[in-house]
Amino acid sequence: MTDRATSPLVLLVDDFQDNREMYAEFLRFSGLRVEEAANGHEALDKATTLAPDLIVMDLSLPGIDGWEATRRLKADRHTKHIPVVALTGHALAGFSEGARQAGCDAFVTKPCLPEELLNEIQRILVRRARPRPAKKIR
Amino acid sequence: MIEPAPLPPPVLPSAESRLALAEDLLRTQDPVECAQHALEWLRAAADIRQALVALSDAEGTRLSGTAGLAMPASRVRGFSVALDDREHPLVKTLEAGEARVLTPEASIDRARGALPFGRFPCLAVPLVAEDPSDPDAVGLLLVAPVTPPAGPATRWLAGVLSARLSALARIRRLVDTERRLRRDRGLLHSIINAVPDPITLTDDEGRIVIANARAEFLLASRDDDSEGRRRAVALNNMLFSSALWRRGWEGSEPSRHELPLVDPSDGSAMLFELISAPAGDPDAGAGVVSILRNVTDLRRATEEIEENYRRLRVAEADVRAERDRLDLIIDSVADPILVADPGGTIILMNAPAERLFTIPADAEAEVAQRVRANDAHFSSFVANLYLAVDELRWRGDIGLVDPVTAAPLPVEAVSGKLVSERGELIAIATILHDRTEEMEKARLYAELKRASEQLQQRVHEATSELVRQNELLRRQHIELEQASALKTQFLANMSHEFRTPLNAILGYTSMLLQGVSGSMLPPQRKNLDRVESNARHLLAIINDILDIARIEAGKMPLHPGEFRVPELVKEVVAEVEPLIARSGLTVTTELDPRVGEARSDRQKVKQIVLNLLTNALKFTPVGSVCVSARCVAAGDAVEIAVRDTGIGISPEDQERVFEDFRQADNSPTRQYGGAGLGLAICRRLATMLGGQMTLTSALGQGSTFTLLFPRRARRRS
Repeated sequence: MTDRATSPLVLLVDDFQDNREMYAEFLRFSGLRVEEAANGHEALDKATTLAPDLIVMDLSLPGIDGWEATRRLKADRHTKHIPVVALTGHALAGFSEGARQAGCDAFVTKPCLPEELLNEIQRILVRRARPRPAKKIR
Repeated sequence: MIEPAPLPPPVLPSAESRLALAEDLLRTQDPVECAQHALEWLRAAADIRQALVALSDAEGTRLSGTAGLAMPASRVRGFSVALDDREHPLVKTLEAGEARVLTPEASIDRARGALPFGRFPCLAVPLVAEDPSDPDAVGLLLVAPVTPPAGPATRWLAGVLSARLSALARIRRLVDTERRLRRDRGLLHSIINAVPDPITLTDDEGRIVIANARAEFLLASRDDDSEGRRRAVALNNMLFSSALWRRGWEGSEPSRHELPLVDPSDGSAMLFELISAPAGDPDAGAGVVSILRNVTDLRRATEEIEENYRRLRVAEADVRAERDRLDLIIDSVADPILVADPGGTIILMNAPAERLFTIPADAEAEVAQRVRANDAHFSSFVANLYLAVDELRWRGDIGLVDPVTAAPLPVEAVSGKLVSERGELIAIATILHDRTEEMEKARLYAELKRASEQLQQRVHEATSELVRQNELLRRQHIELEQASALKTQFLANMSHEFRTPLNAILGYTSMLLQGVSGSMLPPQRKNLDRVESNARHLLAIINDILDIARIEAGKMPLHPGEFRVPELVKEVVAEVEPLIARSGLTVTTELDPRVGEARSDRQKVKQIVLNLLTNALKFTPVGSVCVSARCVAAGDAVEIAVRDTGIGISPEDQERVFEDFRQADNSPTRQYGGAGLGLAICRRLATMLGGQMTLTSALGQGSTFTLLFPRRARRRS
């Protein structure tokens, strides 16, 4: 188990409560700090106030949808550095491309097992935690 | 009638005087001179003062003064008495035959003229012929005055004179006769000679008695003639004699024979017709008159005529042959042809025309009637041309009837006048053309036209209907497209809606199995495994449906790229390794070393092979599965086959397995799971790749599914 205070904070945005809470439970079980948001507005608010290390964004949201929310986050200099993992039940082509254009850093298709989501989150976080040394040296 | 005066006593002159006179008379040949001498003697010897000798003319019709004594010559010549004047005293005296003394008053009728010596009586002594056989008096001697001494001298003189005169007359007659004969003979000769045909008279012996010039030319030769001519003449004589000799047996009738002779002048052959007839000559006996008519030219002409006749016959034969040929031609023409003379009588027709216009011998009454009707129609048609003087042709339609079948026979008739060089109408020729077929064709054409118009109308209607339908279809298509888009959207949404709860099911199950919510008892774990397995199956079905929906909607993008086929096959086998291990089957690969790189959509090829392999594992209870890859079509295509030793598929099911939601066993109680969408998707994906899926299988013998796809996929625009 990692230290709660130092463990990464993940903002989980999903309007479907069961999924959101399921992922939240598993991520917490896996040692991550988790905050939840059920819609786009809430997601934007919490992203600004909490400054999470990563945002898991379901794209199909009521009100401000995931794409729009992601675009706004990426447009805000306070939040644009936060990686966004897009999550969607839509498997049709075009969704993932749209998500990348909106600024998403990763794309995960439902059904997605909790451990799979965890793997993706950890992959992103590790990449963030270790910026390329060559750049830093110079 | 007066009695003559009595004669004086006879006193004769002297003998010497008489002898001298006789001699003188004998010497004198001319009767007039004779008479003159006699009268001179009489004056001297008998003292006669006036005298006249009148002699009968040759015809014995008139007594004319010949010589006179003491009379002017004119009176002598003017004295004339007609001998047929029987009442004339001189004529009476002459008839009486004896001397008489005539007195003018008593004897001479004024009307008949006076006696030559005026009012003096005269002694008339007839001068009669010496020959008693010649009874006619030759003349009359008139003397005056009538004295007795004059009587004897006058009578003697009359005797002497008449004898001499009759002798002279006889001589003159003979001379005349001879001259006449000679003239006649000459005339005859010239006549005979003038005849161009040879004429001969032959005696009994066949010798030529008379021959005209033409005959002599042929039958007589002289010594100075040429040898050729002499021979020709000799030959002609022989031929002529032979012909005459033959003729001799034939009696007295004139006969005709052909007699070939030779022209003595040039030796050419001549042909004569010998006409000979017996000519009776009481003195010379029987002879034969022959006339030879030159028929050489006639024969030539005859031969020419025969030749001409022969030519004529040849020409006629030619004409007949020509006519026969013409008849054949005319008969061979299917259309009836008739030729009528100017009188309207049909003089020629061919067989088709005979069928219409002649009554057969054994024809029934109806047939004969129809023929007569045809004839009447035809006659009235031809009459048009007779009436139309200026027209040479006439054309028209006639409604005839077939005599035998009574079928109506509409014909088009064309008549033409046949005109001689002089413009006379010789005949009228008519050709009848059967118009039945034509009219039938016209009728059919009209029908066809009507049908065509109807068809056109229908096509027009159909076209407008089609346009309407098209518009409808276009709208339907738009609607369908909209519906299809809606369906696709619906499926996508449904898929999303399915996935969301399924995500929770799978997630919670996974978490439970991982012990996130605490540990579980083994039976709980076993049941939860079932939940997870079914949830995954459900997810697979949903994914399949989504794939089909994407393909149908054309929203399955192709991502062609270079990849190595063997590696792909190995990757698939590796991916299903858990399934293989579970099945207990032997899975092998046969990879053709030549199959290397391919350019296609790797992900889709992999999806197909994966599907085929999982199917094979699923439907093969025992045995092996082989995945093979090789190049075909000269390296242009790649074939990946999955061969199993499974249950196999019956032929009738082999096509159905590619249909949506199908398995070979489609019963509700089927043994094998799966939605039955796998092969349907495989086939669709293969088609997208430009390839195809095939299946060879037999029930209980295993199956081989083969994917064939182009090695170098074309880039889609």
